[in-house]
Amino acid sequence: MTALPYVDGNMLDGPLGEVFAVDLSSATARCANCGTPGPVAGLRVYSHAPGLVGRCPTCVEVMLRLVRAPDRAWLDLRGATFLQFPMPPDRPR
Amino acid sequence: MGIVTPGFQGRPRAEAPDLPPGQYLTPDFPVLSAGPTPRVPRDQWEFVISSETGTEYRWSWDEMMALPQETPTVDIHCVTRWSKLGTTWRGVSLDTLLDGVDTAADYALAHSYGGYTTNLPLEDLRDGQAWLVHTYDGDDLPAEHGGPARLLVPHLYFWKSAKWVRGIHLTVEDTPGFWETAGYHDYGDPWREQRYQGD
Repeated sequence: MTALPYVDGNMLDGPLGEVFAVDLSSATARCANCGTPGPVAGLRVYSHAPGLVGRCPTCVEVMLRLVRAPDRAWLDLRGATFLQFPMPPDRPR
Repeated sequence: MGIVTPGFQGRPRAEAPDLPPGQYLTPDFPVLSAGPTPRVPRDQWEFVISSETGTEYRWSWDEMMALPQETPTVDIHCVTRWSKLGTTWRGVSLDTLLDGVDTAADYALAHSYGGYTTNLPLEDLRDGQAWLVHTYDGDDLPAEHGGPARLLVPHLYFWKSAKWVRGIHLTVEDTPGFWETAGYHDYGDPWREQRYQGD
């Protein structure tokens, strides 16, 4: 029997780009279950579902869920304890 | 339509009059899943109904198969807009499993091997509306479709028919499940097109 396919987290760039103004392609997320930090691009994303489900590549627990209705979106990040983004250098005051 | 779309990309077809609004007919049986497919050997499988007081009612595979079996033929409707008509299953009515379960609960939370959950009013599992099925179209239910056994609640969107179901918690308060906590409708009636919260 063939295992259901998943794709890597790079596919989240466009969908999350609809929600966030920052570029998440180089963000880091920490798994709330096993504590492993890793790039969002490294998540295992199950897209053959009613929404997108991003799972930790280490423990396979759910870190991210993104559901898109025609006029609304829901982003559930309870499975991630943080998202870390690269930012431009803070300007001196 | 936005960039995020439901996983199954079907070919749009003309809606038939016996389909709920917004659905199209498919002869296929698309596989949708929010994670890896659990592999549960039958000799390790069990089904547990736990009441709101903590009382547990357990069935092994053999015990479940020894119960009266039914062969429902039903239409199924996925929230990703495909519908499949006249599907034939075999399994045990939830009426049979709930018979003898002492409960005053109003809600049920189905939970699955692999961690999936979905919530329903308990009354939607009664009166010949729901089954624990192990056979599809005359064959053992394949793992990708929820085998060894899944819930079948065809009057609601198919995400309520939990694949790889392991048990049901009976609760006094409604407890939203996996998709219900992420934007999908708490009840999910396809004929009222209850796809998302607020629909």
